[in-house]
Amino acid sequence: MSLTEILWKRMVLGIGTLIFVSVLVFLGTEILPGDVAHAILGQGATPELLEQIRERLGLNEPLHVRYWVWLTNFITGDFGTSLANGADIGTEITRRASNTIILALCTAIIAVPLAIALGLAAAVKPGGLVDRAITSTSLALISFPDFLVAVVLVTIFAIKLRWLPAIASIRPSYDLVDWIRILILPVMGLTFTILAHMVRMTRSAVLNVLTSPAIEMAILKGVPRRRLLLRHALPNALGPIINVVALNLAYLISGVVVIETLFNFPGLGRYMVEAVTNRDVPIVQTCAMIFCSFYVLLNMTADILSIIANPRVRYKK
Amino acid sequence: MTPGTRTWQGELREALSDLTPGVTLCLLFLIAVFVIGAFAPWIAPYGEGEILTNDSFLPPNSQMWLGSDYLGRDVLSRLIYGVRITLFLALIITFLSFFSGVFLGFLAAAFGGRADSWMSRVNDALLSFPALMLALIVINSLGSSFVVLVFTIAFIDMTRVFRVARALAVNIMVMDYVEAAVVRGEGKGWIIWHEVLPNALTPLAAEFGIRFTYAILFISALSFLGLGVQPPQSDLGVMVKENMQAILWGEYTTLYPAFGIALIAISMNVFVDWLLQRSSAKLPDEI
Repeated sequence: MSLTEILWKRMVLGIGTLIFVSVLVFLGTEILPGDVAHAILGQGATPELLEQIRERLGLNEPLHVRYWVWLTNFITGDFGTSLANGADIGTEITRRASNTIILALCTAIIAVPLAIALGLAAAVKPGGLVDRAITSTSLALISFPDFLVAVVLVTIFAIKLRWLPAIASIRPSYDLVDWIRILILPVMGLTFTILAHMVRMTRSAVLNVLTSPAIEMAILKGVPRRRLLLRHALPNALGPIINVVALNLAYLISGVVVIETLFNFPGLGRYMVEAVTNRDVPIVQTCAMIFCSFYVLLNMTADILSIIANPRVRYKK
Repeated sequence: MTPGTRTWQGELREALSDLTPGVTLCLLFLIAVFVIGAFAPWIAPYGEGEILTNDSFLPPNSQMWLGSDYLGRDVLSRLIYGVRITLFLALIITFLSFFSGVFLGFLAAAFGGRADSWMSRVNDALLSFPALMLALIVINSLGSSFVVLVFTIAFIDMTRVFRVARALAVNIMVMDYVEAAVVRGEGKGWIIWHEVLPNALTPLAAEFGIRFTYAILFISALSFLGLGVQPPQSDLGVMVKENMQAILWGEYTTLYPAFGIALIAISMNVFVDWLLQRSSAKLPDEI
């Protein structure tokens, strides 16, 4: 199979996965007990009112028709209205999503290079002092609940030292300095939630390459250590590392939800948690679709990049 | 496995002599935590919901060793009851996910062919769904109760266990001793029970530990979001959430349950690491 064929196949699989995910999100939120009409009316539901609302929302249509309408609306950016206040969700989603993107991007910019550097440092001399320190610290970090590091950071920097705000709510008047001040703690907290996995996986990916026959040959040839690592090992480990990075960015999803709630940050994650608490179905659906698509696309990108980065696949006739 | 060459007593003695001080410490801590959880009503100095004082967030004192929480309840007692609920839920979830996942995974590997490829495909599709999103959608529809939490997280976990169990079994199914058993005319069930299971036991034990840690962290996260265990019942995650304001008072109340979760998880991970290294067993790559 040629490279383009492999890539096409992977992309078709990705799109198939997206469709599957959308079906699951739709079914999960639509057919479980009590429909949206019940949710809107709550206690004051009479059969006539229920019927009226069902008619208005198109709930009397068959399931597959409703799915299709919902999906096409979602794709064209029509997310519907909130059950709680009847407002259009679109504008709020855009605002929240852009906040979340800023948060996630800052985290990725810090976490990814840091994790790769630490993973490489640990892999240089397996079993050495640096390796043992990094491996055991990351094992401990993996065991931390997502909120632990953030709570400790808030205690130290916001309460004891009073350097930074404990709550990251945003005002329209905020300039760049204000943004940086409120973002530091959430970004640090999020970084720690994804760092440990990424370090461990980078380390094992590099070690995997370092024990390959090609590298052994290079060692026997007398290639200096630095050159060995940067010229021989790193290019071969690139594919696995890219994969590791993408997989771990997917971990950001649960991290974002927890950290945003903890800091009261007005992002998509907290929006979804609030919506689940209030059972605001359209918001839950939209947020879930956005998060899940991000996850699926990231996984697909990871696969595609590692296929491209793998010389054995790239040059295969 | 040839009978008679090794007894489980012998293996246990051997394992105990391999324990390093660090691993021993973690193991003792885990045992202590389980005992505390099991006997919470007899160990806790006060009741779970007993309001002892009007003062929120009292610092630790001789009556209340870890101070009072936001309602004036004893933090230590609530911590002990919280551990009980957290461990209880995590254990049920892990048992459920584990047995269903291993059962289905072994079945897929033993039968192979179309059954295997279909089961794996469905499982892969489910794995493409972020765990937290699946949980939030179910909780949105059904509300949060012990039953919903247990079955949802167990289901999510099952997909992970399935992958590992299937991969382990596929590797064992191609061994000579399995082929010999097939030639002898043994049935699938016999092969799974007498050949695959004993040989997969150590990595599966490690996987059990990993799943258990994961379940604890997952429930804690949901409870912290206010979507897991619902008050007046409380696990460690709920305790972290409800005592968040303590930080503003300069008290560390919220850190005790948070570190409690972390310590349990770290101990379990250290133990699992030791188990894997000792047997030089390897788990198939995990997502």
